[in-house]
Amino acid sequence: MPRHALRLAALGYLAAILVGPLAIVFWRTFENGFGPAWSALTTPETAHALKLTLIVTAIAVPVNTVFGVVCAIAIVRRRFPGKGFLNAFIDLPLALSPVVVGLSLYLLYGREGWFGGWLAKHGIEVLFALPAIAIATVFVSLPFVAREVVPTLREIGDEQEQAARTLGASGWQTFRRITLPSIRWAVVYGVILTTARCLGEYGAVAAVSGRIQGRTETATLRVQERYESFDLAGAYAIAIVLALAALAVLAALTLSKSRARAA
Amino acid sequence: MSILVRNVSKRFGDFVALDDVSLEVESGSLTALLGPSGSGKSTLLRIVAGLEAPDTGEIVLAGKDATALAPQKRNVGFVFQHYAAFKHMTVRENIAFGLRVRKRPKSEIDERVDELLGLVQLHGFADRYPGQLSGGQRQRMALARALAPEPQVLLLDEPFGALDARVRAELRDWLRRLHDVVHVTTVFVTHDQEEAMEISDQIAVLNHGRIEQAGTPRDLYDRPASEFVMTFLGDANVVGGALVRPHDIELLAAPEEDAVEAMVVRVTFLGRDAKLELHDADGGEIVVLLTRDRAEELQPWRGQTVWARPKRDRVLARAG
Repeated sequence: MPRHALRLAALGYLAAILVGPLAIVFWRTFENGFGPAWSALTTPETAHALKLTLIVTAIAVPVNTVFGVVCAIAIVRRRFPGKGFLNAFIDLPLALSPVVVGLSLYLLYGREGWFGGWLAKHGIEVLFALPAIAIATVFVSLPFVAREVVPTLREIGDEQEQAARTLGASGWQTFRRITLPSIRWAVVYGVILTTARCLGEYGAVAAVSGRIQGRTETATLRVQERYESFDLAGAYAIAIVLALAALAVLAALTLSKSRARAA
Repeated sequence: MSILVRNVSKRFGDFVALDDVSLEVESGSLTALLGPSGSGKSTLLRIVAGLEAPDTGEIVLAGKDATALAPQKRNVGFVFQHYAAFKHMTVRENIAFGLRVRKRPKSEIDERVDELLGLVQLHGFADRYPGQLSGGQRQRMALARALAPEPQVLLLDEPFGALDARVRAELRDWLRRLHDVVHVTTVFVTHDQEEAMEISDQIAVLNHGRIEQAGTPRDLYDRPASEFVMTFLGDANVVGGALVRPHDIELLAAPEEDAVEAMVVRVTFLGRDAKLELHDADGGEIVVLLTRDRAEELQPWRGQTVWARPKRDRVLARAG
């Protein structure tokens, strides 16, 4: 009996917190059929917002994948001064509120900021443009790959890598043929988490993008904007796209987890 | 290829792993580095392979200074205690690895891998993954992998340490026979004196980061340079002030010159030998190994008084 009660409580909690609201969004979106939802998604501003989110994700994910793998290898396999600092620093974006990240970018790249004046003089736009949005997104999604790869690297140990070296493999060959295949599922898992974070980022991007419709507005910002303009159908339609992306990510996560276990 | 280790020292923090170690390994020989855990034997092997750098001293391979050479340029084969199998590769791919990274032609690789699969008797297992092999099979695969690029030196770090006694003995014989065929200069690390005695041409006994003695198994057993070597390579007793091995003691039924009076405390038959535990007049324990024939002649029984005498030319040292 108590086992059933426990299960019921867990499922009820999930339903109330997660599934319920999501179901309502679905229901509201398709209340009047697919037509209105489709036309809401295909307005130029909304289409641009979705495209911008994809572009930013396509920049941030590869950058953080390379950085994450390099950092993880440095943390686990190398000894160097400042290693503890790097290890702690990687977690900073998890602890810091995204709005703070946005604000610090302001301080760096704003007109009065450290680099702002120099960049303005050379005609490079950072703030209220794609670079700032990309930097903010890279920052908030930085830890995921490294955090997934570090424990896997620790677990596999370095004997296989040493064996490869004694067999004549160079550093790159060892990485390419031994290390990377051993950590591939951790990397996949980290990439999926990074992608989810990039797609859903709001706070940091809101602070630095300027929210210019059709130019610097990402999908999440667009949801907010539509909602505030009393275009609920439009807001719901974009929210559905983001929710479906999240579900796809969830499915990919589950799949990569079971693959990783099988490997 | 000969190996020369010259005045090598290595510390890990406060721990002195190797303290001014020098050793010469002849080309084509089979050498054991023997010692208790923490004696520095694995560190020495890893320094020869280039997996660790010495703090001071040098490594000379085939007459050339290799101290600063990266492991992949030393042309050594290394076998790890826990196999270090490439888990995501089949047995065939594992063995081929060293040839693939050297970009050898595919036909040559296939031929060489087939030859090695035969040598380590893993022909039927070529397409399996290491996870589907037993420990002994994995270690044979690791050996084949190390031998594939035709290394000039084969280094084995406690290669049989993780295997059960029967497989261990099998692989040990097999390694000796392999060495007789392949003739590659081989150095292996072990803490098992029997293993070292059985298959090596030369043994270097390490203790606390120093080489206590290096020589042939026979030399070390019969003429140990220190008490550590003597006791590490086998049991030793004090009989009337002389240090002597258990099987180098004569037992007599009546007093004679140089014989010590003792009482039989325990008799154990070990199959080929009989082991007798004696107490001498001062209560000191003496362990004696008798051949089966001698034991049957003597018919020892518990409580019997006997006289023990070290065989004259077998005394290792005089106890102080």
